[in-house]
Amino acid sequence: MAEFTSLSDAIDRHVHDGDTVALEGFTHLIPFAAGHEIIRQRRRDLTLVRMTPDIIYDQLIGMGCARKMIFSWAGNPGAGSLHRFRDAVEHGLPHPLEIEEHSHAGMATRYATSASGLPFGILRGYTGTDLASVTKNIAWVTCPFTGELLAAVPALDLDVGVICAQQADREGNVMLWGITGVQKETVLGARRSIVLVEEVVDSFSPHVNGVVLPNWTVDSIAVVPSGSFPSYAQDYSERANGFYAYWEPISRDNEVFQSWMGEHVLATENHAQFLASLDAREWESNGD
Amino acid sequence: MTSVLDAELAWTSDEMMAVAAARELADATVCFVGIGLPSTAANLARATHAPRAVLIYESGCIGAKPDRVPPSIGDGVLSRSADAVVAVPEIFTYWLQAGRIDVGFLGAAQVDRWGNINTTVVGEYGAPSVRLPGAGGAPEIATSCQRVIITLRHSPRALVEKVDFVTSFGHGDGSGSRERLGLPGAGPQVIITDLGVLRFNDDDAQFVLTEVHPGVEVDDVIAATGWKLQVAPSLRETPPPRRVELDALRSFVKG
Repeated sequence: MAEFTSLSDAIDRHVHDGDTVALEGFTHLIPFAAGHEIIRQRRRDLTLVRMTPDIIYDQLIGMGCARKMIFSWAGNPGAGSLHRFRDAVEHGLPHPLEIEEHSHAGMATRYATSASGLPFGILRGYTGTDLASVTKNIAWVTCPFTGELLAAVPALDLDVGVICAQQADREGNVMLWGITGVQKETVLGARRSIVLVEEVVDSFSPHVNGVVLPNWTVDSIAVVPSGSFPSYAQDYSERANGFYAYWEPISRDNEVFQSWMGEHVLATENHAQFLASLDAREWESNGD
Repeated sequence: MTSVLDAELAWTSDEMMAVAAARELADATVCFVGIGLPSTAANLARATHAPRAVLIYESGCIGAKPDRVPPSIGDGVLSRSADAVVAVPEIFTYWLQAGRIDVGFLGAAQVDRWGNINTTVVGEYGAPSVRLPGAGGAPEIATSCQRVIITLRHSPRALVEKVDFVTSFGHGDGSGSRERLGLPGAGPQVIITDLGVLRFNDDDAQFVLTEVHPGVEVDDVIAATGWKLQVAPSLRETPPPRRVELDALRSFVKG
């Protein structure tokens, strides 16, 4: 049954060194605040799972939290590369990073498989690609009914799933809407789950594409306004597009990166302090 | 002498590329759209000759109608303007895998003469000289859509003899590869660059140059291509951008 707690307590309780952790959110509702808290608590040897590891995993990798990453698209959307990720892969900095890469369809199948409690999922995918030869978790099965050859991928063995949602009610039910990605699958497919919400409401209003996670499917709920910044929460905030361009030169130089993370993440105690430490004028000229 | 009208109608090679790419998308087509150049071109098509084109983004947005260039695949302007927003596992299964998409519109870091796409690594996979973002939705877009349009800027590093890594399968090593693998769609049919247009020729089993953009010499296109580019006998010049196309493009990019 969902318990309301601070974000730092939720991370302390659920995320352990060596865990396999998914922080999900497809462009929308990315749980940045949870990533920062994992960095503050100096977790190590994590296997990080995410379809689109953008800035949030660049930060976790650059700060030495990750041993392995399972993903399908690792870039800074609309702005370029993830340089801390690239440094890890191309130069082993700050230490070598094991990677396991898939296509989006393959990762989405893995999440859905995890939520379904099945050992593996199937898709019509990966045919003819070199991905199948470099990723051991891609195999082939023959349909017992038609004989069609299909790709098979295993469930994700998630210790922890972390997402953002717009709202929780007072009983701890959670509601999210807009682009909902694989967030439902992340929560249902993980042994433990943390949901960051913008606010707590007395009752939910219906929303187009609204997804409700009943309180008995969630472990911890933390109220973290703008917890997805610089991503966004539809009907609460706009994506800080300029921040993604602003991040490019910070990520490019490890010293600049370490200094930025030190000032804005390690030297702040929580997400509210993190937000207060930023100066939006530094990226708003990049265009929002 | 350049007239005032001509000066107003001056365009960049990127704009010519977007306009030429947009023209490839017929009206009422259901199109799975990659971010960046494909998204710009697909929306230009919708704003001009293809108002009934249905644009689908891998974030789950079906029938998105953005009024400015979305900087990411999951921008709020996509979800708020969509006919429907579905979960990501659903977009790749019920919609893409099931064969409901006419056209896949993709970008690429590298593409080869057979339309295979690399967005994974330059160099060896285990020790890459450049690590690229990876596959995203492209491998299944390239195989499950009925046809595929590719757009990218022309250079010998981008249009290569053979891709370093097949992220998304085009025509393998030539004609018949897709049939042998049992792939449902026809695969990449056209590559639009900032210099011209290449179309897949079944007889030659490779991409050949069929159009050059105004002001571009055929030799320049050949020099900017990493394989020995064949020129179609029917080679023609791309019609220049029309005012309505440039106006729509500029207003969409400006937002």
